[in-house]
Amino acid sequence: MMMTAVRSNQPKKLHPHKFALWVAMGSICMMFAALTSAYVVKRNQGIWEDVSFPKMFYYSTAVIIISSITMHLALTSFKARERKRYKLLITLTALLGVLFALLQWIGFKELTNSGIKLLGAGSNAAASFLVVIIGLHTLHVLGGVIALIVAFFRAFSKKIINYDTAPIEIVATYWHFVDLLWIYLFIFLAWIK
Amino acid sequence: MSNEAVLHTPSSYAVHDDHAHDHHHHETFITKYVFSQDHKMISKQFLITGMIWALIGGLLSVLFRLQLGYPDSKFPWLQDLLGKFWVEDGRITAQAYYALVTTHGTVLIFFVLTAGLSGTFANFLIPLQIGARDMASPFMNMLSYWFFFAASCVMFSSLFVETGPFSGGWTAYPPLSALGQASPGSKTGMDLWLISMALFVVSTLLGGLNYVATVLNMRTKGMSMTRLPLTIWALFFTAILGILTFPVLFSGFILLIFDRNFGTSFYLSDLYVNGTVLPNEGGSAILYQHLFWFLAHPEVYIVMLPAMGMVSEILSINSRKPIFGYIAMVGSLFAITCLALIVWAHHMFVTGLNPFLGSIFVLFTLLIAVPSAIKVFNWLTTLWRGNIRFTPGMMFAIGFVSLFISGGLTGIWLGNSALDIHLHDTYFNIAHFHLVMGVASFFGMFAGVYHWYPKMYGRQLNNTLAYIHFWVTMIGAYLIFWPMHYEGLAGMPRRYYDYSIWESFKQFAELNRFISTVVIIVFATQFLFLFNFFYSIFKGRKVTNTNPWGANTLEWTTPINPGHGNWPGEIPEVHRWAYDYGKDDREFIPQTEPVGANESHH
Repeated sequence: MMMTAVRSNQPKKLHPHKFALWVAMGSICMMFAALTSAYVVKRNQGIWEDVSFPKMFYYSTAVIIISSITMHLALTSFKARERKRYKLLITLTALLGVLFALLQWIGFKELTNSGIKLLGAGSNAAASFLVVIIGLHTLHVLGGVIALIVAFFRAFSKKIINYDTAPIEIVATYWHFVDLLWIYLFIFLAWIK
Repeated sequence: MSNEAVLHTPSSYAVHDDHAHDHHHHETFITKYVFSQDHKMISKQFLITGMIWALIGGLLSVLFRLQLGYPDSKFPWLQDLLGKFWVEDGRITAQAYYALVTTHGTVLIFFVLTAGLSGTFANFLIPLQIGARDMASPFMNMLSYWFFFAASCVMFSSLFVETGPFSGGWTAYPPLSALGQASPGSKTGMDLWLISMALFVVSTLLGGLNYVATVLNMRTKGMSMTRLPLTIWALFFTAILGILTFPVLFSGFILLIFDRNFGTSFYLSDLYVNGTVLPNEGGSAILYQHLFWFLAHPEVYIVMLPAMGMVSEILSINSRKPIFGYIAMVGSLFAITCLALIVWAHHMFVTGLNPFLGSIFVLFTLLIAVPSAIKVFNWLTTLWRGNIRFTPGMMFAIGFVSLFISGGLTGIWLGNSALDIHLHDTYFNIAHFHLVMGVASFFGMFAGVYHWYPKMYGRQLNNTLAYIHFWVTMIGAYLIFWPMHYEGLAGMPRRYYDYSIWESFKQFAELNRFISTVVIIVFATQFLFLFNFFYSIFKGRKVTNTNPWGANTLEWTTPINPGHGNWPGEIPEVHRWAYDYGKDDREFIPQTEPVGANESHH
């Protein structure tokens, strides 16, 4: 399984923190599986008004994919001990993460401006589901941003220079995970009707 | 990150061989007893918090049993004690009754039998029995306890709000739970209930991640998965179930929070409350039930499996016989874990579920009888012709098997969708799940506490008090729940405030009074245990032998009072499975002993 795919510097076993991350990602998958299956169940019954996907979400998709690339480059430059490039790239990744969240916010603004009621009296579950699912996903991306900020301060610390790749590998894996999660949600919400 | 150092440099312990509890770095009171990252201390924190909750949850049940058993009596002293919200004119108020039932269920299922049971024993036993110095992430482990503590504080505070704690049942079905105007308990009480449960989910997930990562990654040399004691297998599957299902409950709660606070209509549709029409349209209350029971059914196995694992271990040790059918035991745990995920709709047979779909859920539900029966068979055959030592832990383990059989058999009744039409939401159901999951898991927990107490505190509990505790609780459990089967078969519904006004259920007035009386006696008996527990921490007989039960597993190779890091020197290597009892004329052969040249195969 993934144990063979992600070998760390430890000789035999997967780093326990990395393993814990994989389990946590499984757990997050279950949460979104629950929400998207609730979405399917709900769509097939009762009053359901399809919401057209705002254009902004296409831009945010591009942003998060680019951020995954910068994250990957950051990891390779960390492994190559190019610290300057590494610092630049994680900063860029974190900024792209924030930009992603911002674009999602603007996307919802677009939806409300086009007259769709997301929450409150008279709102339709179809639109409310978007808020819950995309909102939760964005929170997970922001969680990744916080992890990057921690890595950022570690990288700029003068006192300790750390060559252990495990923490940054964990952040990178998580980052690619929320990226993939978004692509799944995007396909699910935008195209599967 | 000081623990990293502890985890990877066992050599630092070699210096302290003689006094292992001397720690190599300075510990203050705060880091040792409060914000501890030592799995043993965290497990004790879980245990004692769980015990306090068990006391509160039990007391709540005594209060509502007073109402059920003595509906005509007045308790003015209770009014002085609890105030007007709870008791008015000397009677428990209807609102308080529902709050008591709800809080009793929530607290016992989640705080006592999930956090108190698997939180305690997964933390305590996983590192000790697999040969690890601590959990994969001691820091996350500490967070797990403190999230539970925060959840506890919020839940406890909800008992004191003006409109009372949540009162819509532990299942918190909308629309009742979603609309503040529907009931006083659905106001602030429900907000606190949701916050508390959300914190609790976070705690369980942090704990579960750690348990799985530790079992799979931190086993000592030679400890292959098939050499693991059954306790570890059980706790491992418990953690997996929790990781897979608690996020689903969380999703359900998020949608409920949006319905409560942001006016959405996920669960709400076509509602009139107190004469006003609500604007919500298109929601489905059944959707919540699906999301809820997808957790809440596996939850009963999350509660059961740790008890099953500990009982298997204790039965084998005290029968001085290897566990019968080790692989079958692991296989049946696995089968139960898988089946647990695909039977949730048997709680929803009467919601208008498609009968064809219902029949599939009946099939899966009844299939659970197969691994359960395998387990019971193996426990009985482990006992069969063993040299049984009736230690208090063993008594509770045997009691567990008895309760599991009695409660499990009625599960076959309830799993049939046709019978369920009659039995749904009756006292038959109450009797079933209290025996099979509530009291049985409690017995597993008691067995675990009595058995591992010497390892936890380096002292012994008093046996006389323990035997009295056992017999009163055992007989009491049957006297309380057995009669409820008759009430349920007669159609007596659960959660009613007063049965004496119903012509059909008046006949049970004396039976209800009898049950309530036994409840009070059993509850009072638990104080013997509490006294025994806390007194023995300080004054109990000191353990003089590192292996007082003559057990094979690794925790008994540590010093009597192990320090943080568990083994003073190297972690021992494992050479055999955990169940070599009564083999080759030897009473027991510890896992650390290499296999001899002339040794017979097991």
